[in-house]
Amino acid sequence: METIRAHVVIDPLTRIEGHLKIEATVENKKVVEAKCAGTLYRGFEQILAGRNPLDAIQITQRFCGVCPTPHAIASAQALENAFGIMPPDNGRVIRNIMQGANYIQSHILHFYHLASLDYFRGPDVPPFIPRYESDYRVPQTVHDQLVSHYVQAYQIRLKAHELSAIWSGKMPHVASMVPGGVSIIPRLDNITTSLWRLKELTDFIDNVYIPDVMTLGEIYRDCFQLGIGNKNLLSFGLFDLDAEPDVMKRKRFFPMGRMTKGKIEPVDAQRITEDVKSSWYDSPSRVHPTRGETMPNPVKKGAYSWLKSPRYEGEVYEVGPLARIAMAYERKTNPKVVQLVDSKLQQLQLGPDALYSVMGRHLARALECKIVADEISSMIMQVKLDEPVCTNHTIPDSAQGMGLWCAARGALGHWIEIKNGKIARYQAVVPTTWNASPKDDKGKPGPIEQAMIGTTVEDTENPFALARIVRSFDPCIACAIHILEPGKSLKKFRVV
Amino acid sequence: MAHQHGITRRDFIRWAVAAPIAASTLESFLPKLAGALQDAIKEYPIIWLQASTCSGCSVSVINTIHPSIKNVILEQVLPGHQLKLMYHGTLMAAAGELSLQAAREAAEKYRGKYVLVVEGAIPTKQNGIFGSLGEKEGKAISMLMWLDQLGRDAMATLAVGTCAAYGGLSAASPNPSGSKGVTDVYKMLNIATPVINIPGCPPHPDWFIGTVAKILLYGMPQPKELDDNGRLKLFYGRSIHSRCIYRDYLDLGIFASNFGQEGCLMELGCKGPFTNADCPVRLWNGSVNWCINAGGPCIGCTEPGFPDAHSPIYQRR
Repeated sequence: METIRAHVVIDPLTRIEGHLKIEATVENKKVVEAKCAGTLYRGFEQILAGRNPLDAIQITQRFCGVCPTPHAIASAQALENAFGIMPPDNGRVIRNIMQGANYIQSHILHFYHLASLDYFRGPDVPPFIPRYESDYRVPQTVHDQLVSHYVQAYQIRLKAHELSAIWSGKMPHVASMVPGGVSIIPRLDNITTSLWRLKELTDFIDNVYIPDVMTLGEIYRDCFQLGIGNKNLLSFGLFDLDAEPDVMKRKRFFPMGRMTKGKIEPVDAQRITEDVKSSWYDSPSRVHPTRGETMPNPVKKGAYSWLKSPRYEGEVYEVGPLARIAMAYERKTNPKVVQLVDSKLQQLQLGPDALYSVMGRHLARALECKIVADEISSMIMQVKLDEPVCTNHTIPDSAQGMGLWCAARGALGHWIEIKNGKIARYQAVVPTTWNASPKDDKGKPGPIEQAMIGTTVEDTENPFALARIVRSFDPCIACAIHILEPGKSLKKFRVV
Repeated sequence: MAHQHGITRRDFIRWAVAAPIAASTLESFLPKLAGALQDAIKEYPIIWLQASTCSGCSVSVINTIHPSIKNVILEQVLPGHQLKLMYHGTLMAAAGELSLQAAREAAEKYRGKYVLVVEGAIPTKQNGIFGSLGEKEGKAISMLMWLDQLGRDAMATLAVGTCAAYGGLSAASPNPSGSKGVTDVYKMLNIATPVINIPGCPPHPDWFIGTVAKILLYGMPQPKELDDNGRLKLFYGRSIHSRCIYRDYLDLGIFASNFGQEGCLMELGCKGPFTNADCPVRLWNGSVNWCINAGGPCIGCTEPGFPDAHSPIYQRR
């Protein structure tokens, strides 16, 4: 048979955070090669070097306006690790509330405003037109309901921002995250007004968001087989439950872990390395983030992305809600997760394997949204008026620190090295760098690339299946392209 | 003078494309504003270009409450005035070339009549190679080229956020990508399109909506209505410090020496005295809070020097 080959480019892939380009080689309607490329370089590494360590909390938030909170937390934790301090209970709990609110905002925004237009047309006015001619198979009544929920979700998601701002001062970009805890002195009205906003959010998640995902799941059953990925999962965990200084031993609501071939294993952050063969950098490859360097070379041969390729022991890992929920389900230590996942999958007459898919990621995200909302409801009640929120700190002359956390989109690590009381080296490996990573030095494609390979593309002018796959990962490219490492010499940079 | 004000109010009224909008498809779910006559509605095409940004400006603008974002993008933002969002990378349905085509076609069809909103700074080093959006014949199209193309034919440009206005975080020292704010890039490219800055990291949704409303109702601002940094005095006319809730602490000499303590935040690096914005009276996110009320010192995010001029952020200047 004659091979019909086509090259598909989606640039920009819209309705995500940031600038992403997707390329696919299609042979006889099947994707045989896929490339995922970040197309913006901001150079935060050089910007951070030489600054006061505390500035990192504000500057790293500016990676991403959708998910600034996890960067603020991971950065604060890296500083605390370097300073040898831990937040008091109030600081820990208030951070969890801010982070939970950010998850809810991010998940609702992602499903309705970024992803859902892949499944229904919407009205024939901008910004709903132009659009790909896709298989919009939702019946008219469902369509109209989804449109009205799309609009309603705009109003609801800002309640989640309000819930955060009650504690963080404002959103996006939190004002009250500081090393040692938080700066806000809690008042009674913070608690009451948070609970009522959370109730509105929970009502929406229970009665609109989850049912809408289930409805799309029924109609687009084939999307439970689309974009499966490599099934290796990684999570650094979410919500600190105690003040154990060693992050690897700290108790977390969603625990730290990774899953390889169905088996859950512990995480050793030392085994993370980043490859740069396919990235526009001339820096050494296969090194741990704390030793990495960044020398941008936008004309490097064979490179196609500003993202590096993080790997754990050389292996590709997917991060995000699917990773957290599938591992919590597998561990069976959180009965609520097991019960929720089981009941929804039974309703759809699907097994747990269906989670590893485009629609499975949407379902995992929606269920996580509910679980997180319920959890922070109890955390709001743990805030203690008249108790301290912050531990005092001193900036050491030289120290190293690590912060491991989970953003809405997945595992997030910040590493700092302090010399002469200034930032000598700062590195972040963020969720989308894992998920949207280009091929590594051994030629192994990243998670999104792997999820695209093998997909059927009927019409290369309307490659909607590829867009559905990529968006199910909720990519956040501004986060991913900053690669925080120092230049070779600190003297090169302005020291403030 | 960086900011030009060559557009009269009458020009701006002409900006409105006076065609009645096709409302039939909207009727099913969008109730019309009572009393607004269909044939009196004017459309205002908007092209929203995201360059070197974290998208925080868009996320903040969609937090608008009155009007809601639904009112802003799908209905009449003011009675008789409807914005038409022709291109917005985060919100639009289309992707890839199809989406860029929408931007190009809108720029062509509404030449000289559309408003270009820019979010994020523009990487300019090595001809803008550090940031691209789409490609032509296999070659990446830089954000710089996009701004050149879209900016020249725009009626006006709104530089939303501190990066678009002044370079902001993207242009922080040592500015690895050579990023610049819109006014500086326009100077570089000899583009005369007037620019109004709406800085903030992110800007408050009211500052954006308010600036748009000002233009729709009264035309482009007069030079006297803007400050030296191209911002509307209406929102940026007074310092944070002048209206701060912690002024009484200052008067009483009560200063917080560590985070989470009661007192004026000056010793913790508060930049309120050097920062112009109305946060203390406007408040954020449904008026639930603002930075200083959460114990967070002002970091000066609406100012041209942000973040370098305010570093170290948590040390007294």
